Amino acid sequence: MSRSGFDVPPVDAVALETRAAELATRSIKRDAKRRGLELVIAMTDLTTLEGQDTPGKVRAMCRKARQPFAAAPPVAAVCVYPDLVAEAVGALRGTRVAVAAVATHFPSGRAPRALRLADVRHAVGEGATEIDMVIDRGAFLAGRDGEVFDDIRAVKEACGAAHLKVILETGELRTYDNVRRACRIAMLAGADFVKTSTGKVAPAATRPVVLLMLEAVRDFYLETGRRVGVKAAGGIREAKDALRYLVLVNETCGDGWLTPDAFRFGASSLLDDVLMQWRRLATGTYQRPEDFSRD
Amino acid sequence: MSGRIDVSKTYKLYVGGAFPRSESGRTYTPAGAPGVNVCRASRKDLRDAVVAARGAFGGWARRDAYNRGQILYRLAEMLETRKAALAAELVAGGSVADHAEALREVEATVDLCVWHAGLADKLNPLLGSQTDASGPFFVFSTVEPTGVIGVVAPERPALLGLCALLLPVLVSGNVAIALCSESSPLAGLALGEVCASSDVPAGVVALLSGHRAELLAELAKHRAIDGLLLAAGDAAADAEAARLAADSVKRVRRCTLSAAGYAEPAAVRRLDWVEPFVEVKTLWHPVSAR
Repeated sequence: MSRSGFDVPPVDAVALETRAAELATRSIKRDAKRRGLELVIAMTDLTTLEGQDTPGKVRAMCRKARQPFAAAPPVAAVCVYPDLVAEAVGALRGTRVAVAAVATHFPSGRAPRALRLADVRHAVGEGATEIDMVIDRGAFLAGRDGEVFDDIRAVKEACGAAHLKVILETGELRTYDNVRRACRIAMLAGADFVKTSTGKVAPAATRPVVLLMLEAVRDFYLETGRRVGVKAAGGIREAKDALRYLVLVNETCGDGWLTPDAFRFGASSLLDDVLMQWRRLATGTYQRPEDFSRD
Repeated sequence: MSGRIDVSKTYKLYVGGAFPRSESGRTYTPAGAPGVNVCRASRKDLRDAVVAARGAFGGWARRDAYNRGQILYRLAEMLETRKAALAAELVAGGSVADHAEALREVEATVDLCVWHAGLADKLNPLLGSQTDASGPFFVFSTVEPTGVIGVVAPERPALLGLCALLLPVLVSGNVAIALCSESSPLAGLALGEVCASSDVPAGVVALLSGHRAELLAELAKHRAIDGLLLAAGDAAADAEAARLAADSVKRVRRCTLSAAGYAEPAAVRRLDWVEPFVEVKTLWHPVSAR
């Protein structure tokens, strides 16, 4: 049954979940763990997306983004709401940490297209170099794939030079088949990254879903030669869990994808746990959570 | 072939309200109980216990002192009903001469538990104070728990010694990670079953068995453990533990328990083992017009 020209092969859910579970059993220790943790830090989009965010909190987060702890590497980006982009850009001037903004009326995306595009243009105008958009899940679930495609296309144009990450909100898509189809729509429409979740819906990122998205971007790369990244966001709180995601990346797409250009974590509390484990490896001593700043 | 096959108990750790084996899979045979294997806890078991303890601390500390007393009294009740089993475990653990001596030790433990149950809501009168100020103020000092405390039980008495160090930590609202007697851990590990059936919230008490020489240093180093109440062991090892503990500014209290001293209740009813693990908070409050 062809509905829209975005058909994808059906997903074998049992095989997908089994493989994701098997790949989670790898033991990563010592030097490999240290390098893995440093990679996780470098791949992190340090995120604050709360109604109570303040310029002060964003400035503090930017300081942490530049230098998370002692000699730990800086994170990839900070991710904020559009009205705080200017604050983040100011705080990160002269560093390699990018500023990402969630736009298109995040997290629901429930606004007319013109308003969503205006949201994107505003964020880019303020200096955001990465835009995290949400897809119109209402249209997608109603089968109006073409509308979703056109939306992403239009946002991509509005982004200009800024990188576009397309949030699928997999927790609302119900089936793996839907996730795979949404991935395909986003990639064809010009996404630079596909991203699992807003973090506002449970379940957020899960390993089977991320594995599926990695397979989708790998197949797209083999088909077209264009590399689309994956961002796992929401619900990843432990360093051990993050390392398991790196195993998925390596086993699905190869070690050439183990870079912040191809894989990201969207997280806030994850960074503290990673730093604790990183410091534990360096000192041989289990750490105290209070020794690491929350924000 | 006649009669039934014995069902013997597997002695496991007590962590976060559950009874896991050591994640390391290791066991050892305690010196006092040849033929028995118990878990030999690893530093990762200790880390898991710390995570569970930190999760439990807020809830335990926020309870009314009166309610903590009720729970400790419930602990005494559960100990009382399991007196015979615990005495048998003390005998099997090889730390007492006979069943009669074991029973006396368990009874002394129950009595100590009742004493601490009564102490719970009297800590502020005993350890807090009201101080005179030069001005129109009341000055109150009240005590609050410190946090996660590592407890290292003496080799003997195996059960009373463990409880004599554990209860002073719990009574003020701290949570504890206790290392049982290395040579006779059976009764100490069985205390987990008592805690699990007496309204003590999961995570408030962790009981580990293993090698003291291995785990003491880990207890001392772990930065998320706030204090150590330590039955005196090898002097050089204890001094090294104190040195390691200094890095995270832990409060360390080393104390001596006499193996025979349990016949004397005052020897284990010790406010000075409660006092190191409370924090004093002082409030100034204006006096109303007189």
